[in-house]
Amino acid sequence: MALLDSIAHKDTAKRHRPWPRVGVSDEGWRQAIDLLAGGRATLLGLWGDAPDVHMALLGEKFDNIAVLTYTCKNGTYPSVGARHPPAIRLERAIRDLFGIEAARATDARPWLDLGFWDVQHPLGKKHAAKKHAPYTFLAAEGEGLHQIPVGPVHAGIIEPGHFRFTCNGEHVVRLEQRLGYVHKGIESLMAGASLDDAAKLASRTSGDSTVAYAFAFAQAAEAALQIKAPPRATYLRVLMAELERLANHVGDIGAICNDASFALMHAQCSVLRERTLRAAEACFGHRLMMDAIVPGGNARDITADGASHVRNLLAEIHRVFPRLVELYDNTASLQDRTVTTGIVKADYARQFGTGGYVGRACGRTFDARRMPGYAPYDALQFEVPVLEAGDVNARVWIRIREVEQSLTLIEQVLGRLPKGDVRTAVKSKGEPCEGLALVEAFRGDVLVWLRLDGKGRVERCHLRDASWFQWPLLETAIEGNIVADFPLCNKSFNCSYSGHDL
Amino acid sequence: MRKTLFESFTHGPLTEPPPPADETGLAELAQALNRTARAKLGRSLSIRQVDAGSCNGCELEIHALSNAFYDLERLGLRFVASPRHADVLMVTGPVTKNMREALLRTYDATPDPKWIVAVGACAVDGGVFAGSYAVEGGVKDVVPVDLTIRGCPPNPRQLLAGLLALLQTAS
Repeated sequence: MALLDSIAHKDTAKRHRPWPRVGVSDEGWRQAIDLLAGGRATLLGLWGDAPDVHMALLGEKFDNIAVLTYTCKNGTYPSVGARHPPAIRLERAIRDLFGIEAARATDARPWLDLGFWDVQHPLGKKHAAKKHAPYTFLAAEGEGLHQIPVGPVHAGIIEPGHFRFTCNGEHVVRLEQRLGYVHKGIESLMAGASLDDAAKLASRTSGDSTVAYAFAFAQAAEAALQIKAPPRATYLRVLMAELERLANHVGDIGAICNDASFALMHAQCSVLRERTLRAAEACFGHRLMMDAIVPGGNARDITADGASHVRNLLAEIHRVFPRLVELYDNTASLQDRTVTTGIVKADYARQFGTGGYVGRACGRTFDARRMPGYAPYDALQFEVPVLEAGDVNARVWIRIREVEQSLTLIEQVLGRLPKGDVRTAVKSKGEPCEGLALVEAFRGDVLVWLRLDGKGRVERCHLRDASWFQWPLLETAIEGNIVADFPLCNKSFNCSYSGHDL
Repeated sequence: MRKTLFESFTHGPLTEPPPPADETGLAELAQALNRTARAKLGRSLSIRQVDAGSCNGCELEIHALSNAFYDLERLGLRFVASPRHADVLMVTGPVTKNMREALLRTYDATPDPKWIVAVGACAVDGGVFAGSYAVEGGVKDVVPVDLTIRGCPPNPRQLLAGLLALLQTAS
């Protein structure tokens, strides 16, 4: 309870699990902001639940989590972003969705509402939409500066978003992102949905992390309902999560090299990715393993010959991957592009609580599988690789090391897969309950918070992608780099648009 | 690097024979393509992909079409970076309200003759996102659709079968 020791709070929510949720007044809210601004806690999330606003905090040692709830007065709450910048975009999103204002906020511009919806504040008090004022980008002034607008439709097979570059010659002076183009209203669709339907929506929050989202959603629901997935199901969840991590990491390592025009790595890595997806299909009947994890366990067991497909995959990766790593390491022209390019400052990563390989490539040791940890990772052996350089090269190396760790995790799972059922009945206890989960997706921690009603339906569910705290750092990483290195930097982050826009 | 390159001489190609063209796709397309268009296109199509709000699952599988197993380009199909170079717009997602205008502008920037392929369950009718304040409900609600490739997401073989139907009808 270390976090809550220094925060004045009143009532504790009775059925919020596994971590506490407490009500705070102005004093407690301010103390929490003090902790964040002083670097003694990390912001895990900030979301609306009219008339309340919830803030999730992570303790200094990553071992304890608490949710604070502030009940708005006249639709406002004291701004967190005014003193702790990582909250700014979250506050702008809360305003667009709920109409709840952060008092004394420093940025009054919309974030997800781009002016195309028929309604205003779709999750709060709805109004017919009003005409938006033109969006103003942040200023960059100086002699010889010019702007390059890119997107929302990009030149590749990628998600849409707008990037506004201000440049001096080839050098980027400022990048500002404008996101929200793929906002689908997932949280509004979830309100009132059955657990099964909501799990399907969670699985489609970000397709490349469908396993991680389903995993996090199931864990949050299971925590709320106080049920446990059978041991066999949790081990198979790890198998799926690590196959997903493997597929994304090998695919992206190749794609990063491709953005430096090194097509050989891309071709070779694409083959490994395809083999991984085929093994996943042979085990669970779907290449991305969509909808395989559900609250209460897994929708299906691994197929009879699934394990042998995975063993063949591991053998193939063990055979080919070390040679590709050597190729990456020994190609000077490639290293010339990745080393010292797109450096993320360690202080920013700490301040923003940046998860995944972006954070771990510049010294932030956080990995949700380790701390706060969840079953059955606590019973498995793995290392969390961390580097200090913070450049594109470091992010590639973290992913290379994580591929190796995923291989050992998968071997351990195959070696000790418990027998038994993969699904347990999900029954509501007839009273409202709340759950929180933090799961490590390939790109970083996914937070899912939900409240179920007495019938076990979703009343409110909030999903927070790791990208929320990575996108802003991409803006800092590209500063001073040349425009031609942006694809390289962007791919080495590989933030989610859909997971962010919801 | 040499070892990796030489190895590709010794083992056979990974590329697999393409699936037969999708029958329903062929029927759907029979009306869409006129003779003039066929003559113009020959046996090659340039595709511009537009994500109009997908979860990114479809994009992953569309990407896979370019790997060694499916090798899309051997069939005369290739992805291009600009709608101005495209014959086909391949659209994914339920078309979010926020992407509607961008999709329409991309459509207008694509020269005639052009075909629209809607890819994935949500591109058909919004899928699990149908009914949201933030989505239009399907690609056909925004631009005319000539071919639908279903699946959540469709796997690369399903994508290939659909595109081959387009290629066969067009040539």
